[in-house]
Amino acid sequence: MSERRLADLLAMWRIRAFEEKVRDLRLEGPIVGSVHLCIGQEAIPVGACDVLEPEDALYATYRGHGWAIARGVPVEALFAELMGRATGVNGGRGGSAYFTAADHGFHGENSIVGAGAPIACGAALAGRFDGSDRAAVTVFGDGAMNQGAVHEAMNFAAAFDLPVVFVCENNRYSELTPIADMVRAPRLADRAAAYGMPGYRIDGNDAEAVRFHMRDALEVAREGGGPTLLECMTERIVGHYIGDAENYRKPGELDRIRRREPIARLKEGLLADGVPAAEIDAVEEKARGEIEAAAAAAMAAPYADPATAREHLYA
Amino acid sequence: MPETSKPEIRKLGYGEAVNAALHRLMEELPETLVYGEDVGVPGGVFGVTRGLRKSFGARVFDTPISEAAILGSAVGAAMMGRRPIVEIMWADFSLVALDQIVNQAANVRYVSAGRLTAPLTIRTQQGNAPGACAQHSQCLEALFLHVPGLRVCMPSTPQDAYDLLVTAVHCDDPVLVIENRTLYFGARQEVTVGGPVPPMGGVRVRHPGSDVTVVTWGAMTWRAVEAAELLAGEGIGVEVVETPWLNPFDTEAVVAAAGRTRRLAVVHEANVTGGFGAEVVARVAQAGVPLLAPPIRIGAPDVRMPAAPVLAQALLPDADRIAGEVRTLVRG
Ligand SMILES: Cc1ncc(C[n+]2csc(CCOP(=O)(O)OP(=O)(O)O)c2C)c(N)n1
Ligand SMILES: [Mg+2]
Repeated sequence: MSERRLADLLAMWRIRAFEEKVRDLRLEGPIVGSVHLCIGQEAIPVGACDVLEPEDALYATYRGHGWAIARGVPVEALFAELMGRATGVNGGRGGSAYFTAADHGFHGENSIVGAGAPIACGAALAGRFDGSDRAAVTVFGDGAMNQGAVHEAMNFAAAFDLPVVFVCENNRYSELTPIADMVRAPRLADRAAAYGMPGYRIDGNDAEAVRFHMRDALEVAREGGGPTLLECMTERIVGHYIGDAENYRKPGELDRIRRREPIARLKEGLLADGVPAAEIDAVEEKARGEIEAAAAAAMAAPYADPATAREHLYA
Repeated sequence: MPETSKPEIRKLGYGEAVNAALHRLMEELPETLVYGEDVGVPGGVFGVTRGLRKSFGARVFDTPISEAAILGSAVGAAMMGRRPIVEIMWADFSLVALDQIVNQAANVRYVSAGRLTAPLTIRTQQGNAPGACAQHSQCLEALFLHVPGLRVCMPSTPQDAYDLLVTAVHCDDPVLVIENRTLYFGARQEVTVGGPVPPMGGVRVRHPGSDVTVVTWGAMTWRAVEAAELLAGEGIGVEVVETPWLNPFDTEAVVAAAGRTRRLAVVHEANVTGGFGAEVVARVAQAGVPLLAPPIRIGAPDVRMPAAPVLAQALLPDADRIAGEVRTLVRG
């Protein structure tokens, strides 16, 4: 049991260390433009991706670095992408908000809120015709629950029993606005009932809880039972984007969030179960070492070649 | 028309000028509403709507991330006598709700034979900024300029950011005001605020010259002016004519300018094919201006916009590229 939790801890540390390094590189200059970090939300991709099959299709958002990493996309290629290098996972075309790595079952981030949900329905639909057992997972935020495309996708998937898992990362804010102010019924999972699919509000700061529900939802989906909505409760410890002044936070809010965040919680649990502190700390060190090495390697790669900027538009 | 406030001169940046216009409009037009994502309590992701919620309370509010509902409700409220000023954070996001602009707002007056109107203003911003991804970089004005019934303008100075918005909101038809986020935090300039509502339309000559006319709009105006300054040093006189109003478009002024210099280049950030530059060239051609050389269009090539700054720079027109192409136009 503690072995799996140590593996979760490592997977979460990889994401956090990556995101912290990204923040540094963004503030120091090598990364340019808007960046949305998932610090505090790592347990969701770690738990969910653990039970995905390679052929499953995953659609994330601009806050999707953690999902890409959890899906096994090499972090060096992600750093390179963020720094506009030729070795970037999209050769510099995608950037922070638009990573894609289909060969890792990572069908991409998306920086249009809600846009991934109908596309995931299509990936699931294709599975009906190609003989695969593919499920599709679409990830979006609480705010995206108010986007028309998401409503349409949920009904589409439900009406046709498509193998789709709708993963809503409810971090309580849509950019600078609390979701509580933008809906009348705050339990977003309850909306699932209206589409005739199961909906669960789960602890998104617990990778094990996410894993459990995700496995279940995938099983139902593959058996022809249709889609599921998982509302994963979490918090981002950082701003919406790098540079967000976070004026919307209440006094003491961040302290409370830090006490509940997934890495601190998992460490506390492991300690309580008698795992030596040194072993726990070594996990962080290992992750940070890997991340530093990947960032350095990415930084050493050449920039994308401007002469190629027009390539790949058509077949 | 309500009484307009006395004109005064203030030092404002582009974003601050938009903010000043919104304050004025909300004061002088009690039927205005301001809403959109993060525009109320947070004051906008670029701070442009700061202070409005405090001053005008419930007339300024945040919305869900529901562009169709934002735009559709603006159409409905406008038909019922309100004057909504709604924000679509990025022009790219208007694409999820185009129906409400194209099929709905633009049809209201015509189909009701003038019995109904939809005096709403949509504020948005567009274009590339370093590092922005393909879904946050597009220049979509041509899409909207193809829609009869919709007014479209693109300010590039603090004064126009103020004036165009005032005109737009006073207009009794739907107007799209396309701002540019790379300009929001630019230098403060003297801006005349208050005073009469400026007329809709017209051009701005941003650089004088008699060898060639460059017609441009949006943030590209300033790349074109840089190019004109470069070429002035080489003895080539470039007249830069900015057309902040694209609908209505001041064809007469553009034709007259092209007729004076007898050379025409159109510069826009949007990709060339189907861009509004084609329309400008067509109008000048149709007017029979005897040009000394074939007119040229300078814009992004027809390709998606890459996030890596080195790649994007290779595609977007800059002062050097504009100067190079205009030099060839003049010198052959
Ligand atoms: C269609 C569309 N509208 C607006 C935006 C601007 N925007 C980007 S992220 C965001 C907030 C999304 O909130 P949420 O869905 O809760 O996701 P989170 O960022 O919290 O992960 C908004 C409004 C967008 N990218 N696309
Ligand atoms: Mg959120």
